[in-house]
This record gives sequence, structure tokens and C-alpha cells, in this order.
Amino acid sequence: MAQNGAGRFADVLAKHEAQILEDWVADQRRAGGGRSLGRLSEAQMREEAAEFLRLLRQAVQQQAAAGAGGETDTDGPGWDAVREFLAGLSRSRARQGFSPTETAAFVFSLKQALFAHLAREAGGDADVLFAEVWQATTLLDQLGLYTTTVFQKSREEVIARQQEELMELSTPVVKLWDGILAVPLIGTLDSARTQVVMESLLQAIVDTGSAIAIIDITGVPTVDTLVSQHLLKTVAAARLMGAECIISGIRPQIAQTIVHLGVDLSQVSTKASLADAFLLALQKTGRGITRGAGAGVTSGAGPAA
Amino acid sequence: MADPSGSETLPIRTSTDVVQVRQAVRRAVTQLGFSLVDQTKMVTAASELARNTLEYGGGGTVRLETLQEGARRGLRLTFEDQGPGIPDVERALTDGYTTGSGMGLGLGGARRLVNEFAVTSEVGVGTRVVIARWK
Ligand SMILES: Nc1ncnc2c1ncn2[C@@H]1O[C@H](COP(=O)(O)OP(=O)(O)OP(=O)(O)O)[C@@H](O)[C@H]1O
Ligand SMILES: [Mg+2]
Repeated sequence: MAQNGAGRFADVLAKHEAQILEDWVADQRRAGGGRSLGRLSEAQMREEAAEFLRLLRQAVQQQAAAGAGGETDTDGPGWDAVREFLAGLSRSRARQGFSPTETAAFVFSLKQALFAHLAREAGGDADVLFAEVWQATTLLDQLGLYTTTVFQKSREEVIARQQEELMELSTPVVKLWDGILAVPLIGTLDSARTQVVMESLLQAIVDTGSAIAIIDITGVPTVDTLVSQHLLKTVAAARLMGAECIISGIRPQIAQTIVHLGVDLSQVSTKASLADAFLLALQKTGRGITRGAGAGVTSGAGPAA
Repeated sequence: MADPSGSETLPIRTSTDVVQVRQAVRRAVTQLGFSLVDQTKMVTAASELARNTLEYGGGGTVRLETLQEGARRGLRLTFEDQGPGIPDVERALTDGYTTGSGMGLGLGGARRLVNEFAVTSEVGVGTRVVIARWK
């Protein structure tokens, strides 16, 4: 390969930076004229292109000055600024709903303008041109793939965050009455979910000074040994905080299955429905429900219904 | 005798797969007209074995087969993995025995929830658990 590939490439970039930028922006406008440009203003596109080109030139110049030619490793320290810029660009594109292809196209679309200028400068020397184009294309391919990697990662981060939010949303701890909390569980109770439930329940017990927490599993389709274990751990932790748990929503089929599994729930109060559990909770806190004209919860402790 | 048309194999590689197995088994037993109690028993047994396949067997598969013997209809599940195997099956079936952090009730519990239960396991080769429940 050409010995001074990096030097030449850097020179071309430096000398023609303004014109390369113009050509590149024009290419992008033409290519993305429809869909993707709609989400980006022309000003923003130009600003991003100018910034990338500037950082790219600096990195290539630095590399040329260091005397490194030929193979370029964009993972190296001289490329930190370029990578940082591209990472920011990929994340914002991911958030704006661009596809990974559209995002990588930002980098790849520079090739046309860049190669045209390299060709002009090579002045008909095919060997030189080949070496330069080879170097430029390897470089831009690496950087384009890098945007895809970052894009993918930030999509995953978005999904993980949404899952977390969903998890918290779906495990609300509600105050049923003074001193009585309820956690209606819905769906699969895996380890991560149990952790969230346990944490929010324990926090709510502290915050409200509640003596009783009802864990309602009406919405949990399958209660196997893992779910049982999670429930028992939550009950034990609540007990350590001074609160007693009642597990409600144990349907007849679930009760039978639990017995066959050999899970011992005898140390825990259980009820078929949330209403039954609430009644038990009222009793345990020295209250009760009366029927008739003055129907309501007896004892002065609770808020007026 | 198995009805070959009613056979389906599912992967057990992630905890999401375990959820899928439960859902597939629930669909199958609902279709077979199992009572709610029987449905729940079979789904729970499947959940136990699928988790063992994932946790101890390092992942594997489950085959669902619809069974028909005369007027009787049932479901057979075959869990298979190429994991470390179970050195002492009788011990593994003992309530409270676990080499992990579970309650040690899954395997024995699954046996009590179904009509037919068989474990074949070889150390270093893998484990197969076959269960069946009739309507
Ligand atoms: N597929 C398997 N491959 C290897 N070992 C297994 C397999 N299935 C079960 N075992 C062994 O048998 C033991 C008992 O299994 P069992 O399902 O009864 O309890 P557990 O999974 O440890 O806890 P639990 O099921 O109560 O959450 C396990 O701890 C494990 O050592
Ligand atoms: Mg188990």
C-alpha cells in the first residue's frame, strides 16, 4: 500500500473540507429527501456533517503526524472524539425513531463526496488512488458499523428501561385503609419482579406505618415452587418490618396444586378473595364492618368512608 | 398411543421460554377439555420441569404430545437436556433436596401432580423427564 496514504488522505481532507462538506450535504439531501430528512432540519444535518468532518480530519491528521499509515484502527485513542460524536448521534437517532440503516448511512454517505475529491487529487495515478480509497473506505466502514453497535445498545437500553417502568407500574402498593396495604400482583412473578414488589412493599410499610399488607395473587396464573418461595420471602421480610401479610386470591385449583407441590403455607394467613382478606385485616386491627343504616367500618381509627 | 398430528417441540433457553412453555401447555390442556384443577396441575408441573431444564440442565427442549387411548385423552410432555445429569435421582426427588437455592420441591411436586412420571438421567450426558396426565 502507499506509504504516505494517511498523509495524503489528511491533506485532501484539510484542503477541501469546505467543498467536501457542501457535496456531502447535497448528497444527503438528495438521498434522504423524503423520509429521514423530515425528522432532521437542514441546519441540523449540516451542523452534524460539519462537526463529523472536522473531527475526522483531526483524527486523520493526528495519525499522519504520528507517522502511522495504511491500516487504521478506529478503536484507538486518537479516535475518541470521533467515536464519542458518533455515539451521541446514534443515540439521538435511536430516540428519534430512525432505523439502524438510516443511522449508518450518515457515515457511508460521505464516501461519494470524499472519493470524488481523492480521485481529483490523485491526478490519474491509479495506485495512489486505490490506496487512498482503500484506506478511506476501511475507515468509514468501521465508523459506520460503530454507529450500528451503539444504536443497537441504546435501543436495548430503551427497552430495558421501559420494562423496568412497566414492572413498577404493574406492582402498585395501595393503601386500602389506615394501617392496611394491598399489592395486587398481575402476571408472571419472576425474581426481578419479586425484588421490585418486595422493595416497594417494605418501603410502603415504613412510610405508612402499616401493620397489615395484603398480597393479592388473583392475577398470577401459575403458582409453582419458585413463585411460592418468592411469596414466602416477601412475607418473611414484611414480618421483620413488623407487618403481617395476608395472601389473597388463592383459587381452589391453586390451593390443591400448592398442597401437591408440598409447599407449606401454614404459617401465612391466606384467603380466597381480596374482600375476605380485607375483612380479616379489619378484624386483626380491631375493626369490623357493620350492616344496616349506619353501615361502615366501626372504630374511630379509619378515615371516613 | 400418541396422535402424531398433535406434537410440538419448544426450546427452553431463557426464562421467557419457560413462560411460553406454560402458555403452550395451558393451551393444549384447555383444548383437551381438562378441568380447571387438572389444567392447573399440568401447567404447574410443566413450569417446574421447564425451570429445572433451564436452571440445572443448561437449557433444552420440551415436546408436547396429545394422547388418545380409546376414549381417554391426555397430554404427554418430554423435557430433555444435555446438561450434567442427576447423579442420584431418588435423592433429587426427595422433598427439600436442592443443589441450588430453590425449595427442593419441584421434581417431587411435579411427580405428585401428574399420572405418569419417569426420569432418565446419566451423569455427563443429560436428563429426560417424561410426564403425562389424562383427562
Ligand atoms: N434437568 C436437571 N439436570 C440436572 N440436575 C437436575 C435437573 N433437574 C433437577 N435436578 C437436580 O435435582 C434437584 C432437585 O430438583 P427440584 O426441582 O426438586 O428442586 P429445585 O429446583 O432445587 O428447587 P425448586 O424446584 O423447589 O424451586 C435440583 O436441585 C438439581 O440438583
Ligand atoms: Mg426445580
